[in-house]
Amino acid sequence: MSTASTSAPAGQARAGSGPVLEVDDLRVQFRTDSGLVNAVNGVSYTVSAGETLAILGESGSGKSVSAQAIMGILDMPPAEITSGRIMFEGRDLLTVSPEEQRKVRGPGISMIFQDALSSLNPVYSVGYQIGEMFRAHRGMSRKDAKKQAVELMDRVRIPAAAQRVNDYPHQFSGGMRQRVMIAMAIALDPRILIADEPTTALDVTVQAQVMDLLKDLQRDTGMGLVLITHDLGVVNEVADNVAVMYAGRIVERGTVDDVFGNPAHPYTEGLMSSIPQVEAKGGRLQPIGGQPPNLANIPSGCPFHPRCPKRRTGADALPGRHCAEDVPPLRLVVPGREAACHYSEEVLGV
Amino acid sequence: MSEPTDDAAAPLQPVAPGEVLLEVNDLKKHFPLTQGIVFKRTVGHVRAVDGVNLTLRRGETLGLVGESGCGKSTVSKLLVALEKPTSGEIVYKGRDVAKMGGRALKQYRREVQIIFQDPYASLNPRMTVGDIVAEGWSVHADIAPRKGRLQRTQELMERVGLNPDFVNRYPHQFSGGQRQRIGIARALALQPEIIVCDEPVSALDVSVQAQVVNLLEDLQDDFGLSYLFIAHDLSVVRHISDRVAVMYLGSVVEEGTDTEVYTSASHPYTQALLSSVPVHEPQLRGLKERILLQGDVPSPANPPSGCRFRTRCWKAQDICATEAPALVDRGQGHASACHFAEARTVIPVDVD
Repeated sequence: MSTASTSAPAGQARAGSGPVLEVDDLRVQFRTDSGLVNAVNGVSYTVSAGETLAILGESGSGKSVSAQAIMGILDMPPAEITSGRIMFEGRDLLTVSPEEQRKVRGPGISMIFQDALSSLNPVYSVGYQIGEMFRAHRGMSRKDAKKQAVELMDRVRIPAAAQRVNDYPHQFSGGMRQRVMIAMAIALDPRILIADEPTTALDVTVQAQVMDLLKDLQRDTGMGLVLITHDLGVVNEVADNVAVMYAGRIVERGTVDDVFGNPAHPYTEGLMSSIPQVEAKGGRLQPIGGQPPNLANIPSGCPFHPRCPKRRTGADALPGRHCAEDVPPLRLVVPGREAACHYSEEVLGV
Repeated sequence: MSEPTDDAAAPLQPVAPGEVLLEVNDLKKHFPLTQGIVFKRTVGHVRAVDGVNLTLRRGETLGLVGESGCGKSTVSKLLVALEKPTSGEIVYKGRDVAKMGGRALKQYRREVQIIFQDPYASLNPRMTVGDIVAEGWSVHADIAPRKGRLQRTQELMERVGLNPDFVNRYPHQFSGGQRQRIGIARALALQPEIIVCDEPVSALDVSVQAQVVNLLEDLQDDFGLSYLFIAHDLSVVRHISDRVAVMYLGSVVEEGTDTEVYTSASHPYTQALLSSVPVHEPQLRGLKERILLQGDVPSPANPPSGCRFRTRCWKAQDICATEAPALVDRGQGHASACHFAEARTVIPVDVD
């Protein structure tokens, strides 16, 4: 079936303009009572204008922590960024002053969260909260800011925006609250929008509405979208490129068509075969054995090796590619596809 | 003791595989909405469950899907007698549960078990795994003789894929998937006929979900269990269910075998629901029909007249506002509660 995949995603078409956001070898650890937790262990990715990059991973894979590091909203301590660069518009956000960071991030990068209710202030009207963006960053008057807020609420398709602008968060449904969050996020025309599980708490019919809205807004503004999710279906339907995370590392990266069509990492392969499909009944599920790793005690070598059906240890392993001892680097396997597995070629079948 | 009470307490008769085990007729549960602090006045009712009919046969899995607030969890609570229905009846092994008493009710409570969604909140943090699994035996002592209980607990733990040596550990020492296994072992301990699974895998990571789904399937084969599988994830429900019922705002809008409901959905709500589910295969992307519903689910305290779905339905006519459509077969081969039911293939058929 080539018909569905021929229309080139917007991200690839516009990729020539160079990346807007560049994350390079980001490492984050948490100091806890039970020891050092290595949440992010050398994550690198780039996002271009108009591109949708999905970061796919299970809980504890480090996908949210890496996003929080970009936004500068990690609680430090206990968290600590031990290395890495976050380049946005030519500046490393980790080295500039907090004052400067605020100036750059405020209008440039915004983020929406899974739980819209706890992200909104319950004692201010939504109009006030949306307008705050304009007052804080553009110095607008209250009156003008509210006018802008109504316009934005219209743009995110909240019905009767002019009347609802004075309502409080609890008066909105889950889907509408998420729209309020989106309105705040796009208020200053950011170049990058990070959406951390934006639809996980929503029902499927509402999820479809919200994803549709995000795609339309992206088409209008040309912003880059970083979509953090654990839902393979959402990734397949809206993303151009995908980075699969496991134990704080990216284990596979490429276009969604390539990665989902023929995974190069056994973990991605395991995820694909462990999920039932809505389009067919299918046979017995093939789960990944074992449990996700404890980040305070990540397995040696490839972090996935204890659960990997294709691991090679002992005499089977090639020199320097012992799954339980040698950490596989994220490397180019075939053009346009990177994977962190010693035996990706075999997984791919090339 | 008078005659009827004895009747009510008489033991339940076994049912052959494939026969109707549980029947729900026009089940309703309305929660009162009150106002005032000292003098509480009832100002209305939330019609959480409003006329649900279901049939569960022995050894089969009935999937119940719907969005949040449609009443599916209230149905599960009514079935395990944690809530009393406002009206309607639950018929188990040919007997109305509301009229059961004494031994029969005790037997019903033992034979219909439940697994909850949240494996963190549904296990007592101060009890060891062994105590949690064995707790039911303190009420139903005849199931396990006092002497062999530890061994029996360990057998159960092994059966659900837990290390039997962990019998003295506490819930916080286990991961989400393992805790869900503890919940399953607790339900199994009482040798149930039916397990009501209320979103059993929703809180689990994708790679762990499949392990639990497979375990449930294995246990069904081994013990001849019947499941009422409640979930909002349509893919999981299709995978595990023999028959599927779709709920919207307190009532069932469509019911049929999994193939009937998923490939020839005839209720507009089912069609919209299916079209909203993202598909996992890159080559199927874009082949699916897109039906975007407008607005949100209306409040169950003030549901629309006639057909509940008419406020969001693109097919709505005058009749929909006046006459509630019955859940009957309208020529599609399965039941649909729509005046204008019409089979439609929304999701593309898998290419391989």
